[in-house]
Parts: sequence; C-alpha cells; structure tokens
Amino acid sequence: MQHWHRRIVLSLLMAGLFAGSCGHAADPYREARLAMIEEIKATARLTSLSLDMEALDPQVLQAMATVPRHALVPDTQLDAAYRNRPLPIGHGQTISQPYIVALMTDLLKPEPGDRVLEVGTGSGYQAAVLAELVERVYSIEIIEPLGERARGSLAELGYENIEVRIGDGYYGWEEHAPFDAIVVTAAASHVPPPLVKQLKPGGHMVIPVGSRFMVQQLVMVDKDMDGQVTTRQILPVRFVPLTGSH
Amino acid sequence: MPAPGTAQRLPIFSIALLSATALGYEVLLMRLFSIIQWHHFAYMIISLALLGYGASGTFIALTRERLLRHFETAYWLNLVLFGLTSIACYLIAQRIPFNPEEVLWDWRQALHLLAIYLLLALPFFFAANGIALALTRHTSAVARIYAADLLGAGLGSLGIVALLFLVFPDTALKLLGALGLAAALLAARELQLSMPRRQLPALAGMLMLLALPAGWLDLQVSPYKGLSQMLRITGTQVVAERSSPLGLISVVESDTIPFRHAPGLSLHAATIPDQLGLFTDAGGMTVVNHNPQGQALDYLDQLTSALPYHLASPQRVLILGAGGGSDIQQALNHRAARIDAVELDPQLVELVSRDLAAWSGNIYTRAGVQVQLGDARGFIRQSRQHYDLIQLSMLDAYGASSAGLHALNENYLYTVEALQDYLAHVTPGGYLGISRWIKLPPRDTLKLFATAVQALQAGSNSAPGAQLVLIRGWQTSTLLIKNGRFTTAEIADLRDFCTARAFDLAWYPGMQAAEANRFNMLARPYFFEAATALTGADAADFIARYKFDIKPATDDRPYFAHFLKWEVLPEILALRGQGGLPLLESGYLVLVATLLQAALISVIFILLPLAVLHRSRQDPATTVSRGRVVLYFFAIGLAFLFVEIAFMQKFILFLHHPLYAVATVLAAFLVFAGLGSAWTARLQRSDRPAARPAWIAVAAIILVGSGHLLLSAPLLEQLMPLPLGLRIGIATLLIAPLAFFMGMPFPLGLARVGAERPALVPWAWGINGCASVLSAVMATLLAIQFGFTVVVLAALLLYLVAALSFP
Repeated sequence: MQHWHRRIVLSLLMAGLFAGSCGHAADPYREARLAMIEEIKATARLTSLSLDMEALDPQVLQAMATVPRHALVPDTQLDAAYRNRPLPIGHGQTISQPYIVALMTDLLKPEPGDRVLEVGTGSGYQAAVLAELVERVYSIEIIEPLGERARGSLAELGYENIEVRIGDGYYGWEEHAPFDAIVVTAAASHVPPPLVKQLKPGGHMVIPVGSRFMVQQLVMVDKDMDGQVTTRQILPVRFVPLTGSH
Repeated sequence: MPAPGTAQRLPIFSIALLSATALGYEVLLMRLFSIIQWHHFAYMIISLALLGYGASGTFIALTRERLLRHFETAYWLNLVLFGLTSIACYLIAQRIPFNPEEVLWDWRQALHLLAIYLLLALPFFFAANGIALALTRHTSAVARIYAADLLGAGLGSLGIVALLFLVFPDTALKLLGALGLAAALLAARELQLSMPRRQLPALAGMLMLLALPAGWLDLQVSPYKGLSQMLRITGTQVVAERSSPLGLISVVESDTIPFRHAPGLSLHAATIPDQLGLFTDAGGMTVVNHNPQGQALDYLDQLTSALPYHLASPQRVLILGAGGGSDIQQALNHRAARIDAVELDPQLVELVSRDLAAWSGNIYTRAGVQVQLGDARGFIRQSRQHYDLIQLSMLDAYGASSAGLHALNENYLYTVEALQDYLAHVTPGGYLGISRWIKLPPRDTLKLFATAVQALQAGSNSAPGAQLVLIRGWQTSTLLIKNGRFTTAEIADLRDFCTARAFDLAWYPGMQAAEANRFNMLARPYFFEAATALTGADAADFIARYKFDIKPATDDRPYFAHFLKWEVLPEILALRGQGGLPLLESGYLVLVATLLQAALISVIFILLPLAVLHRSRQDPATTVSRGRVVLYFFAIGLAFLFVEIAFMQKFILFLHHPLYAVATVLAAFLVFAGLGSAWTARLQRSDRPAARPAWIAVAAIILVGSGHLLLSAPLLEQLMPLPLGLRIGIATLLIAPLAFFMGMPFPLGLARVGAERPALVPWAWGINGCASVLSAVMATLLAIQFGFTVVVLAALLLYLVAALSFP
C-alpha cells in the first residue's frame, strides 16, 4: 500500500503539480529523486541477505540524490525518470533501473581519488553518478549519436571530470589505465581480457548480464593485490531457489 | 462453374483463392512476427485469425438480410478490403512500438499488444465475411463452396511454404495482398459485375501494391533484437541475406568492431579471429570465423565445450547443429579423424559451404568433415554410426530453437528420449557433450542434468552419477555423459582442465563440496548441491521443492526452456523493484497476456453484439435448451483446436520443423474435417434420434484419438528416417480419419439448432468462435504444464461432454 501511495504522490510530483508549492521551484524533481532514494534503500534492505552486505553505501545514495536523472533521459520519458524501472533512451538502448545502478556503483567500492572506466556510456547517468564519487570517469560509447548526446548533456550539467569517447570499448582506454574500477554496460559474450589487464590490483570490475530491460546477474571481476583474478556472480534479487531452505 | 442453363453464378474460384490467400497470410504473419518481434507470437496469430472469423460470424448474423440484398457488391467489397487491409494493417501494426520486455513495467504495452491484435484480426474478418456471405447466399451449393474454401485453404497452407522458399517475407506479403485483390477481380468476373467500375479500384490497388517502392514494406525489426543493436554501430552492415520458411539469415560484417563472439571464454583468453555474424530472424547470432588457411584456433580450447577433447582423443565426432562451424573447427583442432555434422537450415549450409567457403577456409568441406542437411533427431534415428563424441553446443543461438513457429520453444533436442537416442550412438567409453548458456538462479543446466539422470536410469543404470560430469564458467556450462563410468585418470584431467581455465567443477563422481564454487563464485555452490541432490535418493523431492520447473523434458512435454512454477509467481512479481523479472520467461507471460486478451476481446466482439442486438425472439415450444446449445458449441470449439494445436506441436518432431508441422497439420485438418462435415448430410435421418449421429462421431473421435495416443509415438519414431515428402504424406494420412470425424459435430449441432430453434444459430456460431479463439492459446498453456497427452485427453473428454449435451 505504502508503495502505491508513494508512487501516486510521486507521479503527481512529476507532473509538476506541486512544483510551485513545495518550496523547491528551482528543482521540481527533487522530491521525486528523494523518493527514489528511499525506494532504493528499502529495496536494498530486502536484498541484503543475498548480497552479503548490510546496506548500500550512503555516499552512493547521496550521489544518486544529487544527479538529475531527468536531465539524462529523453523528453518522452521525463515523467518516468525517477521510477525504479529501466527506461528506453532510443537507439535500442536503455537507462538502467536506479536500484541496479546503485548496486553496481556500490559493488565498485568507489573512492574519492579513483579513476574509473566505463564501457557503454548510454544515457550518461552511470557516469554522472560515478563522477560524484571519484576523481575522474572515462567513458566509451560505441553508438555515435548516443555518445554525442551524453557528452552534451553531461557537459551541460557541469561534469568536468567525465571524458566521453566514441569508439570500441573492448580494448579499454590504454593511456589512462590502470583503473581502480571498471563498469561494462555493453553486452559482452566474455570478459574482455584487455579490460582485466587495465584493472589495478585491488580493483573491481562489474558487468551486468541479461537483456536491455532485465539484468539477470552482475558479474564481478576482482583483482587482488597479487594480481590474481576471480569472478563473483551476484543476483540483484534476494531469491532462494529452494523452498524451505534459507 | 455453374451448370449450363442455370442463372446462378457461383464464386467458386474466388472463394478458393481467397481462402488460400487468407491461410497463407496467417502463416506469413507468424514468419513476419518472428522477425520483427520474437517467435512467441505464433499462437497469438492463430488466435487473432480465429477472432476475425468469430467476429465475422456475429457480424453476418446481425446484418445478413441487408447484405444479402446486395450480395454481389458486399462479397466483392469484402474481398477488396481483405486485400488492402492485409497489407495496411500489417504496416500499421509493425509501427506500434510494442516491447514484450516492458509488459510488466508499463501498462501502455498491454494497449499496444491489444492494438496489434485487433488490427491484424481485421483482414481475417473481411476474408471470413466473404466466405460466410457466399455460403449464406448459395444455400443449395453449400457443399461446393465449402469444398472450394477448404481446398483453397489447404493449398494456401502448403503454397506459402513453397513461396517462402522463393521470396523474402516482405515480398511474400506484397504478393499475398495482390492475390487478395486478384480474388476480388476474379469475383467480379465470376459474378459478372459491371466491369469498369468494379475492376478499376481493385486493379489500381493491385498495381499500386506491386509497384510499391521496396522501402515501404521494410520490416521494422524491434530495436532490442541483436541485429538491430549491431547495426547501430557505424561501419556495420548486412552483406548477404537468405530467406526460407525456416528463417531469415542475415550475414553481418563490421569494419570497425570485430564480433569477438566467444561465449563462455575463459578469463585466460586467447586471440579471437575476425568473424562474420550470422543472425537468424534478426536475433540469435552465430559466427563464422575468418580462417582461410584452416589453422587451429586456440580460443576454441578456452571454452567449456572443449572439455571432452582433454579427457580422451575422440576420433569419430558428431556435431549436432553445425552452425557457423566453430564446433567443427574445435574437433579439427584436436585432430578428430572423422567429423560428421548436422545442420537443419539449408540456407545456412549453402551460405557457409559456398559463399563463405573462402572466408571460413572451407570449414564444411575440410578433409574428414561431412556436413549433412537435416534435423538432429531425424539424423540420429537413421544413423548406424557410433561416435566417440557427440557434441551439442550452444544450439539456442540458431537452428531449430530460433525458428519462427517455436512458440515457447517446443524443443525436442533435450528430452529424455533425445538423450537416449544420442547415447545409443556413443561408442563404449565415448561421451555425449552438451553445452548451454547458464541462467541464474540455475535453471536449464539443472533441468538438463535431471534429464540426463532420467535418461540413464531409464537405460536401467542404477548409478547415473558415475557417468556424469558437469562444469561451468560464468556464462556457459558443459555436461558430459559418458557411455561408461568416469575413471580416476579422467577425473585428474578434468581437474587440470578446469583449473587451467578457471572453470568450476559442479559434478563428477566422488566430488567433495570443498572443490565446488571456487573460481566463479556464487552465493552458494548451487550447481554442486543440485547435482548431488539430483543424483541421490531424494531427487524427486528436490525437483518438487525447487522454485523453478526443472522436471526432465520429454517428447510429450518438450518445453525445455519453460521454468515457471505458478506458485512462485507472486514472489517473483513482488521482486520486480529489485530487478527480479529475469526470474520469469517473458514469452510465457506474452502467452498468458494473449489468453486474457483473447477472452476479453472474443466476448466483446463476438458475444456482446449478439446479446445486445440479437435479442432472441420468442421461439416456438422446443426441446432444445439454451444451456445445452452453449455447452455443446463451447465444448466442441475448445476440443477441435486442442487436438489441432497438440498435433501441430507433436508433429514438429516427426516433420523436423515447426513450419512444416503447422502447414501439414493445418492443411490435413482443413481438408478432412471439411470432408467429414460434408458427410454428415448422409448421417441424419428423420427416423432416428437426433443425437445419434453426434454420438457416432464422438465415439469414433474417442476411438481414433485414443489410438493416436497409444500408437502414434512409437510408429512415428520408426518412420522418422523417411524423406520429408513421404513423412508429410504419412502425417496427413494419420490425421485424416480423426479430422474426418472431428468435422462432424459442428454441422450436426448446427443443423439440429437450425431446425429446432433457429434464433440460436448465430449464438452457436458465436460461442464456437469464442471457444476457438481461447482454445489455441489454452492448448499451448496446457501442453507446457501437463504435456500433449493431457491436451488430447482433455479434448476427448470435451467431445464426450458435447455428446452428452447435444441440443
């Protein structure tokens, strides 16, 4: 019930009905954004068991509370910008479900001095969230118009620590390597070895696997301080496949 | 042709052409939808075509007198409208931005689906109007018109298969539209309508259609399909296309971005050569490696599927699903002396062996390699060879399972019977290797494992676990089934293979828990735990407690890729916000959505108008009760399609391809049910109880139907190696008697209602139409849940109900 109630309030908010009256005329989406953060928090609490963690990093949530997601979705999707769902952004691509973005960002364990590589810029939202948390984000997009659009939007939003390049992300971005973290949002039939190479010891790489609208699992590639590589496969949901077991 | 001297002009030829075109159009729509969307829509198409027919029944019932007064014009006009809407409705429908993956996120998607459904039912509505009008107008020549209708439809369903071998689906659409208009022209001639005024618009429309610039009819493929995604990348283009009823193959080349398609590649990777992408129906990609010198390709040794080559040195290898030839190359890497490979799609074989011969280094014709055209099950049935290794790897990307008509993937490659067939051709000490994509939480890997256990147990093997090995990377798993027990030496090699590539052991005889889940870590060692349970005494309990359906697939219930258990649905839906939707199979949801939609729409368009507009007049005193009429026609409406759909799905195994199965089964049912229906006139005699012929028909249906259930599977198994033409003939003969008797209950009931309570006749049509619309989808849902046997049994039971409620 509460969920629905919030959703109704949210949609009213997003329709701009309360924009004038709630005291945040400068950012009519603020309430919606904060409601989204609350929803992510609640979802993360439900999921914590399968993820082996207590709660999402507050810094990550803070970053997501700051990034204007609505400015990175197409105009046709404005009213759904802060819903916890994936949205089409044209060119057959999507902007991920906010909860998945939060989870992926959290798994990367971002630190203020980090340099992060993103393969698949898409809307630019993930890059913006990371840019709030780390020193520099290098993002590669293969679909030209999409990359151009993201570059433009991110510049407009004032993100000076994001660099977007149009091209093939398979080989990473040699001149800025190694990276503390790498996120691969483009479909991959395997983990690109050059990316593993460009990952710093102690670094993490995350790859969402599934379709454009449904992330089936997150594949984590962890490189320990000795350079040994292991992978972890993480379900974004708390789901025990056997009844009667825990 | 009307007999000389009579004034009556029968539109026999235009009816036949109309029926042929409408049926061809139905099959073509399935093809088109598997290209622009996904293959889940096949049964929606059957259902919407039936809706068109049902709604037409209601429409004619309500407007009959007015239309009959202008029969010639009305008939001709409906044919013209059929021709025009067949193209126009498709063009509009494919521009509706329906995205099945968003169904649970966005309520507007349901409206999109609804719009598509209604739009595409329209051409069938007009076609059915034409046929119904002709039947209503020429009551004395019903048999001839009906025969023309059925013969036309039968020809249409076979003709479209032939046509799809000759032209691309978009061209076929254009031709069918033109044929629809040609039927109108023919009608004008047959009915001797005043020429110029009637002919011109149809003729003009036809010319326009044929002259339409190619771009107009371009298929609008969903932007989320693999081919669309690939073509977004600058420098990527389609360099060749081949089309057949089995699928549209697009060869894609990229100047800028190599495909690097190597699913399941180990982290310690080798170089991947340049590749060409081969997309089937704009989805499911396979690749052809650039290997003009025919060198060994190292990356193929870094896949889970390479395992058997490291446990032994197989000399005779059989590859089921040759595809782009990677598996052949893998076998060549390991110096297999003789490699047989089977590929279902003739276009693919032609492409790889001819057009791409230089690119691939003649992968299909290398020394020792022999590629055969055919289906895996058919090949193995007729083969007398034994192999050291039979490989099926990653078949989902192409071949049978991506074929257009696989609504929810009937898949006969991974059933208990299939594994037994394969194993019967493995030499002692040899292996059957099956590699698949991994789904998480574990699903198909476990279903395959359970299927293997059952296949071994059925071969009276008391310890199946001793013959199984299962490994996994983060993306693929490989199951080995050995004809014999695994030895200590093999297990040592297995460990080395996995450690060197960072693959995980999930099962080998004697495996300890500590060895599981080391490289690609999951929250728990799910695969090992499941494999342990499935090889143990409480396997059945484990399968029952598992939240996904991992019960072994059988030939009777060949839905290998169906995992949903209804009781888990609420839990999954509640996990939507956490990204829990991949726990569902979207194809299944589309099917359920289609059923709900079909139920709603058939009531609105078939029954509601009858209820509102056709308030029944006071009938004379009669013994025929309304309730019995409703029950009778509903039962036979459901039952007929249950049998037809079950047969379509069942015959896929025998005819090796869904499209052949659909075309053959449709044609056979149409023609023989038509004959049976015509025969009913001889059964009705006034000196006998009215219900008697219906009882005779139902008794015959139950008898023949039971015979099918008992005998047809073993019989078809024996006949599987025969050539396709013969198999189609045999299938038709097998269906003939059943269809013949199934054609009887409807006209028998209708005659009775017509005589006793004519005001209920439109209702009889309407209820029957409604039941048919629902039935197509319900049959599939039932088959997935319970198997074909249950669907056919349910149908027989429904026929019994019908006999008991004969009006």
